[in-house]
Amino acid sequence: MAVTQVFGARVRRREDPRLIRGTATYTDDLALPGLCYAVFVRSPHAHARIRRVDASRARSAPGVLGVFTAQDLEGKVNAIPCGWQVPNCDLKTPPHPALAKDKVRYVGDAVAVVVAESRAQAYDAASLVEVEYEVLPAVVDMEDALRSSTLVHEDVPNNRVLLWSVKGGDFDAALREPGVRVVRQRLVNQRLIPNAMEPRAATAHYNPGSGELTLWVTSQNPHIARVILSGVLGFPEHKLRVIAPEVGGGFGSKIPVYPEEAVVAHLATRLARPVKWCESRRENYQATIHGRDHVTEAEMAVRPDGTVVGVRVRTLANFGAYLSTAAPAIPTILYGLVLSGPYRIPNIDCEVTGVFTNTTPTDAYRGAGRPEATYVLERMMDLAARELGMDPAEIRRKNLIPRDQFPYTVATGITYDSGDYARALDRALELVEYSKFRAEQAAARQQGRYLGIGLSTYVEICGAGPSKVVGSTGFAGGLWESAVVRFSPTGKVTVFTGTSPHGQGEETTFAQIVSQELGVPLDDVEVLHGDTDSILMGWGTYGSRTTPVGGTAVYLAAQKVKEKAQRIAAHQLEVSAEDLVFENGRFHVRGAPDRGMTIQEVALQAYLAWNLPEGMEPGLEGQANWDPSNFVFPFGTHACVVEVDPETGQVKILRYVAVDDCGRVINPLIVDGQVHGGIVQGVAQALWEFAKYDQAGNLLTGSMAEYAVPKAAWLPWFECHRTETPTPVNPLGVKGVGETGTIAATPCVVNAVLDALSPFGIRHVDMPLLPERVWRAIQQAKGGAA
Amino acid sequence: MTVNGVQYTRDVEPRTLLVYFLREHLGLTGTHVGCDTSSCGACTVLLDGKAVKSCTVLAVQAEGANITTVEGLAKDGELHPIQQAFWDEHGLQCGFCTPGMMLAALDLLQRNPNPTDEEIRHALEGNLCRCTGYQHIVNAVKTAARLMRAAVGAPAGGA
Repeated sequence: MAVTQVFGARVRRREDPRLIRGTATYTDDLALPGLCYAVFVRSPHAHARIRRVDASRARSAPGVLGVFTAQDLEGKVNAIPCGWQVPNCDLKTPPHPALAKDKVRYVGDAVAVVVAESRAQAYDAASLVEVEYEVLPAVVDMEDALRSSTLVHEDVPNNRVLLWSVKGGDFDAALREPGVRVVRQRLVNQRLIPNAMEPRAATAHYNPGSGELTLWVTSQNPHIARVILSGVLGFPEHKLRVIAPEVGGGFGSKIPVYPEEAVVAHLATRLARPVKWCESRRENYQATIHGRDHVTEAEMAVRPDGTVVGVRVRTLANFGAYLSTAAPAIPTILYGLVLSGPYRIPNIDCEVTGVFTNTTPTDAYRGAGRPEATYVLERMMDLAARELGMDPAEIRRKNLIPRDQFPYTVATGITYDSGDYARALDRALELVEYSKFRAEQAAARQQGRYLGIGLSTYVEICGAGPSKVVGSTGFAGGLWESAVVRFSPTGKVTVFTGTSPHGQGEETTFAQIVSQELGVPLDDVEVLHGDTDSILMGWGTYGSRTTPVGGTAVYLAAQKVKEKAQRIAAHQLEVSAEDLVFENGRFHVRGAPDRGMTIQEVALQAYLAWNLPEGMEPGLEGQANWDPSNFVFPFGTHACVVEVDPETGQVKILRYVAVDDCGRVINPLIVDGQVHGGIVQGVAQALWEFAKYDQAGNLLTGSMAEYAVPKAAWLPWFECHRTETPTPVNPLGVKGVGETGTIAATPCVVNAVLDALSPFGIRHVDMPLLPERVWRAIQQAKGGAA
Repeated sequence: MTVNGVQYTRDVEPRTLLVYFLREHLGLTGTHVGCDTSSCGACTVLLDGKAVKSCTVLAVQAEGANITTVEGLAKDGELHPIQQAFWDEHGLQCGFCTPGMMLAALDLLQRNPNPTDEEIRHALEGNLCRCTGYQHIVNAVKTAARLMRAAVGAPAGGA
């Protein structure tokens, strides 16, 4: 049986047939006997005291099974905890009640929940719940919030969540160096709404006989949800099963454990009926986490020759009204520690002030802190280049960490394992025909056309990670990963992973790893995930960790299977294990290829157990728990060419070239898909997307009709290329690629637009670069009254 | 109404949307609900051969109509060319937008069997995908067009 090389092949995805046939089961697709529906009653006010909740009319509405408020949940559903208590930053952790008790703190804060026989009846009854509010002044803007006497949480003075800092070297000393110039810029990294296409949903079923509670939930990490919910509900963890069935995208927004999930699980036990809740898109915009939302004062100190000697940032980070599960880590360790990027910057000084406001809580959104850091660094690189009259490509090249200096420890204390940053930069410049473009750009300007090119050289820190390290940063868990590779008696293989992919394609890539290692056909391998009952533990899919951490666990489990199979084969072939060669899924005696048996034949023998080596247990499976020694560090250079219409401010992307290095590639088709999707989310932040609140805390971009999720017609073709620098951190040499596009693309596009606008002397325009903003900047530069 | 070739008669509340009729009354959950403003297109089905957003049609408005949902695309177990092309070209990731995306694309290909890239991107403006960046979707539609032109004479769309 010949097995072709499957590791590295453009294999079609194994998850697709059910998805294209419409037979996949997402959480809202579940039908259970006796299912009833929950609808939450949400605050229309950003900040108000709850005077009274009158549910009497709702309770008597047709089909209603119950209406519940915070009082009804007292002692039954505890506050939702924050899972990442970043140390040494005076982190405030005010309680986040599952239903608002005395006060609502953002528009969309849940006040009550209605359960009825049908979805429509539940919505009808929810509109009958009367809540009397005493409206309070709201704080929306971060700078206002820090000065305001209005407090989101009474016990958090100045609305300050945390004050976190990281310092490496001595920035002030760098400033005293003769000849050093300092570039300063205020940078706004606007709030975004993740917009997974599937809204959040939860369905809970309680079996009073067995005492088992099952929760199907739109989660990126069902095991974490189980641990947290067992605490929130006071429910024994071994009786609680959490299943993430088909999940329609997450982008970070399905990492947190949310109040609704806890409430729905509780109601299933309370009513002894299965309960389903599925948020509307409007609720999704209000009550599912948002991302980004930083205001940064950045300084870059640079020598006349372009050597960057220091970076100092002062960042305000908006946490919204409550601390979401991983929120404290996002603008701190995932931001500040990353501020060296791919560069040798000896002096880094970062201070982050976290702020509570009467807005939707924020947490991880694709990239989570790293896009914000990369945006600061890459914008400042361009501004420094402009200050010195240097080419943006040259200032980058001058500061990149050279390939022979790895492992390299940056000023913020992180050690990068490997990289060849200049190679990716050179490749991108060559592909985009950089020199040729500069000539075209000059010629175009003569004709009154404004072309620009933007670069973004980035390194991503992902694949978390060493549990000891993340534990020291306050994460209330480990970030290792587990896998089981199990042969059945007929030689088929089932792989269980603790990761929880929801579009990233690991049912295919993990099968490729196993097929390659065990030499069994791809179709004989099934990859299962997303069920706390199926595997020891799992920390989930986010932070570009699934393949480097979860994939490695799968690889190691396959090795264990192979080792056991080899001992069985040796025993049955009556040779020593060392005398066997394993090729294309078959063990044979060295020098005697006819004497052998396939690993699938060995599997049957392992289960029959008629003739196993002395003392060996029957069965054939391997289990591995992998805790990496370090993060992994994908990197690359993106280049973007734009044209700006000076009459309208409209930006058109003419070319987009991406050179990414994610180490060894298991499936190029899937990697391309991850890069495309990532780039679009980054481009969209640069040009179109923003969440906007009014001063009263109303979300003005409150539906898909107001928020600019990009469409096919707005986007260019992406030219994706790769360099391949395997990481030494894991035996597969693989790094994550889920977030690289988002990290690289935002500053790349903004730099391109500002390059196009340079003849006007425009230094900076804050995102998104909507036509209106670009047009106004041009008018102002021309001395007009825009 | 007839859905995927099967005739159904049901009494429904007048306010029942077609998408909920399909999902909750007929159990055809392949058609998804992704928004409440008719923006995302996840609920797209063919109504008498034309793409409609089934969240914006009352079930009663579809009385007597011929509906094709994603479940009706494959015939005798064989994938429809649009399904085959989405699979071959990695035109989906999380899969949530995919049923609507395929039916919107099919609507285009029935009107225009050989669309340009620009025409494809324009035709899909009512369908949002957050995962793919659309590039592989456009490739999939081009491949589907090729497969469907090659199989001229075969019934398209099953509507």
